[in-house]
Amino acid sequence: MNDRYRTPLKIAIGLGSAQHGVHHFIMQRVTAVALMLLALWFLWIALSLLHTDYTGAHALVGQPFNAVLMLAFVVAVFWHAQLGLQVVIEDYVHTRWLEVALQLAVEFLCVLGALASVLAVVRIALG
Amino acid sequence: MPAIARPLSPHLSVYRWQIQMVASMLHRATGSALAFGTILLCMALIALASGPEAFAKVREFCGSWLGLVLLFGWSWAFSFHLLNGIRHLLQDIGMGFTIPQFVRNGWLATIGSFVLTALIWACVVIQGAAA
Repeated sequence: MNDRYRTPLKIAIGLGSAQHGVHHFIMQRVTAVALMLLALWFLWIALSLLHTDYTGAHALVGQPFNAVLMLAFVVAVFWHAQLGLQVVIEDYVHTRWLEVALQLAVEFLCVLGALASVLAVVRIALG
Repeated sequence: MPAIARPLSPHLSVYRWQIQMVASMLHRATGSALAFGTILLCMALIALASGPEAFAKVREFCGSWLGLVLLFGWSWAFSFHLLNGIRHLLQDIGMGFTIPQFVRNGWLATIGSFVLTALIWACVVIQGAAA
């Protein structure tokens, strides 16, 4: 870094790029790749659940292999959904207070959804 | 918003419809729809953790006409977002950037989404959909 162009004050405060600019972009792709693989498994288990009763469904989702993949799936889904909805809101909602309120609502709901789903899967797997 | 109405860049109405922009819009629309679909996913998991009565209610909803319409819509949204998402990921690593490839891959994702949806519901019908 060439410090000749930086004022002493700027160096002292240390502001500037936080190097987080691409974090959203990268995480959207990382969760997308994960979901691309998990979606195929999810399709299989969703179709398998059609012709099972409660006990069968509980046992299928509760199998360690399926429970772990379901946990990965719900975490990736809610994470990816939050990242995607964030961009949609940023692009189309131009009233500041409404935009902030929507972003907060989306973030809270996605975290709540993920936590509730994780708790449910853990209960199914251990119960 | 500024008080003076400033000129805007050309928007949707000036463009001829083409597969690239349709795929892009559908990707957002299906993504948003799928985000709402997570409510059912979350409900189904909670019901499965809660007990047979709660699970039966989710079953009943999925078998109702509203549930079936939603599930059908979500299955197509799922298929399109998955296939078009793969197209986006391939483009992210620099593949398929010529205009003919764009057009072809856009159509592939769109037609493929209908094929995948049909396959999903074929599985449902074959299994007898014990809803």
